[in-house]
Order: sequence, then C-alpha cells, then structure tokens
Amino acid sequence: MATAEASNIKRLQVKRFKPDESPKEHYLNAEKGLWSWLTTVDHKRIGLMYLGSIALFFLIGGILALVLRTELLTPTRSFIEADTYNQIFTLHGAIMIFFFLVPSVPAALGNFILPLQLGAKDVAFPRLNLASFYIYTIGAIFTLIAIFTGGIDTGWTFYTPYSAETSTNVMMMTLGIFILGFSSILTGVNFIVTIHKMRAPGLTWNKLPLNIWALYATSIIQVLATPVLAITVLLLAMERALGIGIFDPALGGDPVLYQHFFWFYSHPAVYIMIVPGFGVISEVISTFSRKTIFGYWAIALSSLAIAFIGFLVWGHHMFTAGQSSLASMVFSFLTFLVGIPTGIKIFNWLATMYKGSIDMKTPMLYAMVFLFLFTIGGFTGIMLGALVVDIHLHDTYYVVAHFHYVMMGGMVMAFLAGIHYWWPKMFGKMYSEFWAKIACGIIFVGFNMTFLPQFIMGAQGMPRRYYNYIDQFQPFHQFSTMGSYVLGVGFLIIAAYLIHSLLRGKEAGSNPWGSRALEWQTSSPAPHHNFEHTPVIINGPYDYHKPMAEFQLGIAHSHNGHHEGEKVDVETTTAQEKA
Amino acid sequence: MSDPSAVKGKPKHVKHYFVDSDQQFEASKMGMWVFLVTEILFFGGLFAAYIVYRSWYPDLYLQASTELDTFWGAVNTAVLIGSSLTVAMSIRSAQLNQIKGLITNLYITISLACVFMVIKFFEYTHKFDKGIFPGEYYTYEGIAHEKANIFFSIYYMMTGLHGIHVIIGIGLMLFLVVKAKKGAFSAEYYTPVEITGLYWHLVDVIWIFLFPLLYLID
Amino acid sequence: MNRLTDYMLPPARSTLASETDALFHFINVTSIILLVGITFAILYFAWKYRRKSDDDVTPVITHNNKLEITWSVIPLIMVMIVFGWGFSGYMNLVTPPDDAYEIRVEGASWNWRFFYENGATSVNELNVPVDRPIKLIMSSTDVIHSFYVPDFRVKRDVLPNRYSSIWFEATETGESHIFCTEYCGTQHSNMDGTVNVMSQDEFDIWLEAGNAVDESVPPAERGEALVSQNGCNACHSADGSSGVGPSFAGLWGSERTFQNADPVTADENYIRESILQSNAKVLEGYDPVMPSYQGVINDQQISDIIEYIKTLE
Repeated sequence: MATAEASNIKRLQVKRFKPDESPKEHYLNAEKGLWSWLTTVDHKRIGLMYLGSIALFFLIGGILALVLRTELLTPTRSFIEADTYNQIFTLHGAIMIFFFLVPSVPAALGNFILPLQLGAKDVAFPRLNLASFYIYTIGAIFTLIAIFTGGIDTGWTFYTPYSAETSTNVMMMTLGIFILGFSSILTGVNFIVTIHKMRAPGLTWNKLPLNIWALYATSIIQVLATPVLAITVLLLAMERALGIGIFDPALGGDPVLYQHFFWFYSHPAVYIMIVPGFGVISEVISTFSRKTIFGYWAIALSSLAIAFIGFLVWGHHMFTAGQSSLASMVFSFLTFLVGIPTGIKIFNWLATMYKGSIDMKTPMLYAMVFLFLFTIGGFTGIMLGALVVDIHLHDTYYVVAHFHYVMMGGMVMAFLAGIHYWWPKMFGKMYSEFWAKIACGIIFVGFNMTFLPQFIMGAQGMPRRYYNYIDQFQPFHQFSTMGSYVLGVGFLIIAAYLIHSLLRGKEAGSNPWGSRALEWQTSSPAPHHNFEHTPVIINGPYDYHKPMAEFQLGIAHSHNGHHEGEKVDVETTTAQEKA
Repeated sequence: MSDPSAVKGKPKHVKHYFVDSDQQFEASKMGMWVFLVTEILFFGGLFAAYIVYRSWYPDLYLQASTELDTFWGAVNTAVLIGSSLTVAMSIRSAQLNQIKGLITNLYITISLACVFMVIKFFEYTHKFDKGIFPGEYYTYEGIAHEKANIFFSIYYMMTGLHGIHVIIGIGLMLFLVVKAKKGAFSAEYYTPVEITGLYWHLVDVIWIFLFPLLYLID
Repeated sequence: MNRLTDYMLPPARSTLASETDALFHFINVTSIILLVGITFAILYFAWKYRRKSDDDVTPVITHNNKLEITWSVIPLIMVMIVFGWGFSGYMNLVTPPDDAYEIRVEGASWNWRFFYENGATSVNELNVPVDRPIKLIMSSTDVIHSFYVPDFRVKRDVLPNRYSSIWFEATETGESHIFCTEYCGTQHSNMDGTVNVMSQDEFDIWLEAGNAVDESVPPAERGEALVSQNGCNACHSADGSSGVGPSFAGLWGSERTFQNADPVTADENYIRESILQSNAKVLEGYDPVMPSYQGVINDQQISDIIEYIKTLE
C-alpha cells in the first residue's frame, strides 16, 4: 500500500492513537449469543474456540497418559489388560500430536495474534478460517467414533502390515486424520497469504515480529507436508478397504515404503509443532528483557532453514528399518545439520538477555524453563542422530524421553509462555502471578521427575510401547509415574487460576508488559476490528530504545472504518514519553 | 454483524478487511496458488508410489498398459485441454464484462468435463467386465504377471482421485454459473471465476502427466 | 563420571559394544558441559540483569558477527565429528566378517524361532558360542518385528517376505535379553527371549543333541518341556485359565466348534494341524493370531506334545 518507495514517495499524515485502557466494547461483547460464536468469522474468536478445543484434547491426552503411567507401576498387569494399554498409548500419541500440538500455537495462539501483529483487520480468508475450525472438529468427531467403535492399537505411526491387518478401527481413525489434515493445510494457506498481502503500511519484512517469521515458516511446512500425510492415510485406508497392496508384502507391496511416506510428513510435522514455539519465545524474551532481540535475521532465517532441511531428514526414524547404509548416512548427516540453526536460536536468546532489564514474570519464567528443557531435548536428539548409538537406542524409552523433552519441555512450555503472555490481550484480565509461578515450578519438577529416568531406562534397554517389562526397570517406572502425578497437579493449578482470572481477574491495561510490539498498542481485550485506526509502522518491534509513542501511530484521517463522523480522542504532540 | 464493507468509497464486493479491490484480488489468487501447491504434493505421493513400483516391476507396467485404451485416453486429453481453453475464455469474457459469454463458456467447460467423466465411466466399466478390479478383488487372467493387480491399483487410485477432482471442478463451475446469472460478476469483480480457472488448469495439468505415464508406456 | 555413564548402559557383552558406548559417553559428557554452561548463563543473566527500575535503559545490541560465526562454526564442527564417529561405528555394525557363523531367525507374533545349520531349532532361546562372530539372517512370518539385544548394542527390524541381517561376537558367556522393539500387537511386550552364550564345546554338544529325543524321559514329560521351550504356554494355559489361546486343559477328546470350519473332536490330527496350520480352524471366541510352527517343531516333537496334552484334564 502506501509506503515510501524509491521513486514514488507518498506522504501519509500520521498521528498518535493512544489505546483505550478500559474499553467498554471489544471483540468479546461486540456480538452476543452462542450463534454469534458458532458463525463468527472473527479470527480472535476462532482462535479462542481452537484454544478451548485443544485444552480439552490436552486434558483427554493427559488423562490417558496418567492411566498408562499408573499401569506401569508394576512389571506385569496392574489394572488394565494389554489390549487396553495398547489402545491407550496409541490414542495418547495421536491425540496429543494431531489434536493438540499441531494446532496449538498456529491455530489457537496464531489465529488470535497474527492479524494483530500485522496491523490487519483479519486474516485473508476469514470464512475459510472458520471452515478450518469446523473441519478440525469433524476430524475430531471421527477420531472419537474410532475410539468408541473398536479402538485402535497400532501406535500413532500406523505401521503396516500390522495396521492393514489389525481388527481395530483403523479406517475411522485414518479418515479422521485425513479430514484433520485439511484444517492444517487451510490454516497454512490463510497465514501465508495474510503475511504476504495484508501487512499494515510501513511493515516491511525486516520489521516483522519474529513470531510472524516463525508462523510463516510453520505455514510453509504445513502446506507442503500435510498433503503427503493425507495421501499416506488415504493409501492405508484403501489398503484396508480394497486390499490395494501398496504396502502389503503379500500383495507385492512394501511395508518400508509406508514408513518413507509416513515420515516424509511426520518429520516436518515435528517442526510444525516446535517452530511456532520459537516465535513465542522470541517475543517473550525480548519483551521481558526490555531489550532488542539479538540476531534478528539469524533467528528469522534459521526458521526457514529448519523448514527446508527438515524435509530432508525423515529417514532418521528408519535407521533400523531396512534402508540402505548410504541412505542412513545421508539422513544422519542432514539431521546434524538441522540442529545447527536451532542451536543458534538458543544462543541468540541468551544474548538478548545479556545486559537486559529482566522482569521475571510468568511468561519469562516459562521461557527460561523452555531454554533449559528444550536444550536437553536437543542434545538427546544429537545422540539419536549418531548412527551407531541410534541402533542401540531406537524404539527404547530414550526416544520417548527425547521427544517429550522437545515437545512437552519445549513446545508446551512455549505454549504456556504464550498463553500467559497474551492472556491480558485476549481477555483484558490478569491472573494470579503467585499461583502461576507456583504451577510453573511444580510442572518443572514433575516434568523432570517423569522423563529424566526414562533416558536412563531407555539406554539400559527398556523398549517403548511395552505393557509388561522386566523387573530391573520397576524403580524407574515408579519414579516416573510419581512425576506424572506431580505434572498433573501443576496443570490443574493452571486451569484453576486461569478460570479464576476469567471470572474475577484484575483488569489489565492495553500493555501490562511494556512491550513495543504492535498487538500491545491496541486495547485489551482487542477491539472488534483489532485497531481503531490503520496502524503505521516506522520501527521494528524490538526497538526498546524508541519511545512508546512511536509505536502508536496510525493514518490520521482513517478510523479503519469506525467512528464515521465522530470525534476520536487522539494526541497530536510527539513529546517523549516514558516507556 | 454490521456490514462495514458498505464504507464510503469501497465497492460492495470488497470485504471490509481488505483495503481495496486489488488487494483482495491479489490475496485470493495467491491463496489459490498456495492451495494448488498442496494438491501437487498430494498427487505427488501417488506419483512417488508409481515410480517405486515401476522401478520394481518394469515389465508389468509395459504389459498392463496395453489394457488401457490409448485412443480414448487421447480423446480425454484433448477434451480436458479444450476445457482449459474454454475456462480461460470465460475469464476473458468476465474481464470484458460479457456476462453472457462468461456463462456460455462456463457451460461449454462443464460439458467437456462431463464428456471426460463419461469416457472415464466407460473405461472403468469395460475393465470391470474383464475382472480388472483394484487390490484384492482383481480377477483378470489376461496379463501374464503375478503382480498385475499392482499396476491397476495405482491406475485406479490416480485416475480415481483425479476424477473426484474433476467432479469437484464441475460443481464449482455450476456454482459460478448460478452466481453469474444473478449478476454477481463484472469486469470489476470476477475473482471466483479466476481462481476456479486456476484450479481447473491444475486438474488439466495433472491429467497431462497421468496420460503418458499410464497410457503411453506400452 | 565413568561410573555414572556406565550405570546408564547395560553390560558391554559384544566386541562392538564398546564403540557404541564410547560415542555415547562422549556425547553425554559434551552435552552436559554445554548444558551446564547454558544453564549457568540463564540463571546468572536472570539475576545479574534483573530489572532495577522502570526507567532502565538497555543497550541496542543487534548482532555480533564474530560471536555468531563462532557459535555456529564450533557446534558445526562438533556435530560433524559426532556424525563421522557414528557413521564409522555403524559401518562396523553392518559389515559382518566373512566367516561369521550363520543362524536363521524367524520373528512371529509373538515368539522368536531360531534355525541352526544342522536343522536344530529353538524357540525364544538363541544359543551361540562365545568369541565367534555370529550372523543372524532374519525374516518375519507376519508383521514387522524388531530384534534387539541391549547387551550387544544391536537391533534390526524383521520384515515379512524379506531378509535382514545383523551380526555380533559375544565376549563372555552368560545370558542376555532379546526384546522385540517394533509394536506388533497384543503380546508385543511379551515377545522376549534370551541369548545363551556358551563355550564352543558346550555349543557343539547342544547342537548335536539339539533335537535328539531323550529316551529316558516319558513322552508326556518331553511334551511338557517342549510346550514350555516353544513358548506355547505364553498363550495356552495348562490349568484352564483363559489366555490369548484356548487352554490345553480338557482339550483332548473334546468337541470343538470353529468360526471357519465344521466341528471336530480334538484328536491327534486336530492337534497336529493346529501346530502346523494354526489358523485353519479357529475356535469360537478367539482371534486367528497363532503363528505356524511348520519347520520349527518336528513330527517326533508333535507326538510328544500330543502325549502331554492327553494328560491334561
């Protein structure tokens, strides 16, 4: 639109628009009633609906995990049968990955915050956004049907030939995943177009928040990888229904081909699950250190590098599966390469803290926890990438511990950081800082109690997906189970004080954290159309050395379609203001 | 919700979250292009399966391909290419504000698409009569290769999935005809026609790959 | 430090185990050093640079080329070292010596069968001589399994309609666990076995005796031992309690009704068919999951098993 260009400088009259600290009208009360929520095309409401859904699935997946851990208190049967156990670990994985992690930051937090950070009124295709949500819901319903009509016990990876032959309800489940994939794809399409086409005036690519860069890289992965998952589960469904024989050796097919297809999606999928978390961490660390981010371009481009290289490493899940040594060598090599951009981010975040002005509020506390736990996850990933060691560790609890450290210790911590960071913007309320920190501490302790022993168990040879195990591993399992209960308590506390915040929380102002980012320059909760003016950007979002006034500029005579004919309270001076 | 697109200065078709008609048009086109990339990846999985099995059973492919009627496959190719031409012409008509021409060209495109599906229908039933079914229902004895059903499984999956996309395209274009008759399109606003055209071109391109890979290798 | 890392691994009982262990230790040690450094930085910065007042001014440090290149290049070099080390160890794992002693392995749901050069077989117990390279040639009768011996640091998926192989040389006599490490159904976690490493002499004796019949023991007793050795009792109880498969108690002479065949009275032919073509007649109320023992249990052994079953009321 109207930005300064080399030969064609267009002048815009801007003035400062201070956000309303106590708005009476905002997106939550702009329309009333259940129907207005079910038919909303407001990205913020859609984001909240996703948030509620993923919270529900996290609860279900978490309860399943507690059941599993309880069964594992004794080496043989504790209170459920083998078949039940096998179904539960399958569901735990499938629910946590497909219904919680993949949509968590992109669909829930991303939907809410992306247009706000871009200064746009909504995403490029709001109705498609709502459709994405309903597609997610339908996929979830299919999965629930699968659970109640035969269950499924193949592991979330659905390896053939077992998945083509088992009598459990693989069809329903794969159909559910197929449908769900479209939700992910359409969200990715929406985000890519919004980022390209709907930035506010002055918001050039070098001023984009790193959260946007992260969502951009994630959307690219979503768009390229998810269709391959779709065709994989479709082929699996055809194999079961028609005996197509693509993966069935008895019909001339190749079960290892299934693994190639599956992991070609599922490895990039793990980057879908973590890269948005990186974006959140960049925002939180910069805001709570009140310091400009260190290495902006390194962080931005490393997300794209991870997205690209991430498509080339899928074979590291298959070192024992029967691929050639040459293939294994190439995949191992590239796996190590993909770790480097990630490591760079960790160093950059630490460097951002250096000589900052650090306010250890809850989001920052979660970011610190993230740095620690994700680093452990990352190093154990290096361990698994080393070919000769992976032969020993593959399909043991070492792998289970590794991915829980990166997905839970990484992504879930980043997600919690994001929730606690943007909560005031979403609801206009604050939560109890005291209880939030207590919960964070409990979760940190519980998490390590649960998963640290699993590294040792796995290296000692304890296989994964095991209902029974040999006696020597019992102390580890028992300690791990205790830890899982502690974790559960931590999450219950979070639910409690967040609900309390909704009902009775202290009113938050527009910018309780003193951030320079654009979403904080509008009121809390956000207005129906995000901004009461068309924002104009002249600084990067981490320029803490610039006064707050310079981040609250908008086109002088446009009220973004609101208040036609009314007088709007604006400041016209540019006096220096305290941050 | 109030209709903020009725803001002074902005035409009715521009949604309120877009600044102007151009931005909306550019965004819609970009969205469709990104979606088409996902379709390419989607079919890509099937092409990968084709390649893997052809490398394992090259003789099977050469033999089995003789069962496919090259003549009708070529007719279908011409039909689809023609339909791509007519859909492009319908966009042209819209750009020139010739709504009657737009509707006519859409009808022709839909008819050609239906011809494609009819020919496919006869191809399939002809195979079914011989016992050429996908997967474990295959009973045809005419190909001297024990893994004959693999080629046809891939054939049915690829052409079947493609056929579903043709049917979806027909549905979309019928929808366009209905909207065009109601006067929704003009030289200022024909975005749905443009992006449906893009979709249709991809459906055509995919067939252009399928045809030689399946029909022309004997 | 070494005791800690030794604690993390099973005893190293093969010639190549120490290679895996050495790299494991190296990665652990370097990771812990880096982790300690990063943790220290997190805690120290959080304390040293805590906010003193709302008017704090922070320096504008956007990047530092030297630092960024250093902390990109050094980790890159380190991971390349780890890669090379891992790759060379892996090549040793997949390159058996030419003179390795071959044993065939079959993974079934849910036991392991081993076939030796002279036709001897064993189920769930892999007998091998010490200090000699052993090559296992493996395949599956049904779904993908994975053969894993933690003490030897070897693991390989076992596939239907295809052969895969691993090799190892055991360095001390004793027993080591075998685990299945690819999910294969209900009894996946019960699909374990034992590697019995013995001296070459003991092995030779065992191999000779292998499937020889011990005439001094009554057939029914031999049958009972066979039922245990071949893993039958993992699914079939002797006392009437329910399991994956029907109990042997009261089986002999009873009327059996099937899902996929006409009823028969349980006689010698029925038992023999059930062992060799296990899913030809599937009893009502059970799933067709029994693997066939064709080639694993010979005719003499089938007779002994039949005698044993006859004794179970």
